[in-house]
Amino acid sequence: MIPGSFSYHRPASVADAVKLLVDLGEDARPLAGGHSLVPMMKLRLATPTHLVDLHGIAGLKGISRDGQNLVIGAMTTQHELLASDDVAKAVPILHEAALLIADPQVRYRGTIGGNVANGDPGNDMPALMMTLGASYRLEGAGGARDVAAADFYQGAYFTALEPGEILTSISVPVPAAGHGYAYEKLKRKVGDYATAAAAVVLTMSGGKVATCSIGLTNVHETPLFAVDAAKAVIGTSLDTAALKKAAAAASAIMAPAADARGPVEYRKHVGGIMVTRALQRAASVAK
Amino acid sequence: MAKTHVTMKVNGAEVEGLVEPRTLLVHFIRENLQMTGTHIGCETTHCGACTVDIDGMSVKSCTMFAVQAEGSDIITVEGMANADGTLSALQEGFRMMHGLQCGFCTPGMIVRAHRLLKENSSPSEPEIRMGISGNICRCTGYQNIVKAIQYAAAKINGVEFQEAAE
Repeated sequence: MIPGSFSYHRPASVADAVKLLVDLGEDARPLAGGHSLVPMMKLRLATPTHLVDLHGIAGLKGISRDGQNLVIGAMTTQHELLASDDVAKAVPILHEAALLIADPQVRYRGTIGGNVANGDPGNDMPALMMTLGASYRLEGAGGARDVAAADFYQGAYFTALEPGEILTSISVPVPAAGHGYAYEKLKRKVGDYATAAAAVVLTMSGGKVATCSIGLTNVHETPLFAVDAAKAVIGTSLDTAALKKAAAAASAIMAPAADARGPVEYRKHVGGIMVTRALQRAASVAK
Repeated sequence: MAKTHVTMKVNGAEVEGLVEPRTLLVHFIRENLQMTGTHIGCETTHCGACTVDIDGMSVKSCTMFAVQAEGSDIITVEGMANADGTLSALQEGFRMMHGLQCGFCTPGMIVRAHRLLKENSSPSEPEIRMGISGNICRCTGYQNIVKAIQYAAAKINGVEFQEAAE
């Protein structure tokens, strides 16, 4: 399988990349790790006539601490994320989830920016970013703006990114010390997208849930921020009734596609189970 | 489409060629360089048969354009033997443990295992299985592939290979 013809551009700065994207118009696509876009191009499901490769821009890589936030450059690979002690200590759910993305070879190339900016409902990081309250830095011809992950996803492959804009970094508020976390992903095999997955970040106080956020992957055309499911467990000790209420509230907002991963009812059912398991495991690691 | 001139290092030798931007790295290696050890399996980033080592990373060469490899340092399965031409510990492991049946996945398995052992010279069995989870053996001969990598790890670490009881 050979992609359609295109011109290759490798700018050295964000400003140059933005200028190229603006000048070349909608037939140009930014290229990050390429592990979503290149397969799509080989299948001719994507036929950009210009690729703007972001690998030449040094400033887009790296992980740094900015006050209470961890700032991750968009071109940071999943492999680099996994190698970071800062990530493992401060936001361990990112480490846990990155290990469930694709396979080792894909993680060497696949980037966190591509994962969150692509808008594919199967990508794992978007629901995590919603759960963590992260925001994205978008840079375009008119300057930079920050958009909350919770406001970024509008439909499958349809996001708040305007033409000519590039997602340059992700800012993740570091969760409270002693927080509990879990990412439960049901998948058929290594490398598959989730049949359904749930991310949970919570804090416990006196045996009861004090704060909780829940995100859901691949059970809707966008990632979901399950506000009602989280509300259902706050103040409870995660007893059976509370877990059932949370699973039901999460399932109620799911609208998965019926595909090879299963019919709609099945995917909603296992989506509820992922929420239950993630809540229980998160509570068990909370201090 | 105009062709682009690319240069890179492959198995220690400087190579160059003219490619269209859409030329995949695996096609450049197999067709321009005539090095056919790197295999094309699924062409969809799943099987890992096309794995090569680029600047210290295992990469599926069917999912990268040759123009993106400009200036990089690549090792393919042809570069796996010792400098004197004898088999490397990994190659010897695959031979001694019968780590292949049809052999189609073997170049990708060996190149991937090479990087795995560089990063972790004493991997546990689960770490080996996770480490090669991006490589598919459709003969399903994983048991002996894992043993081959364990054999190589033991040899690299200068200890005697103990085959685990089954």
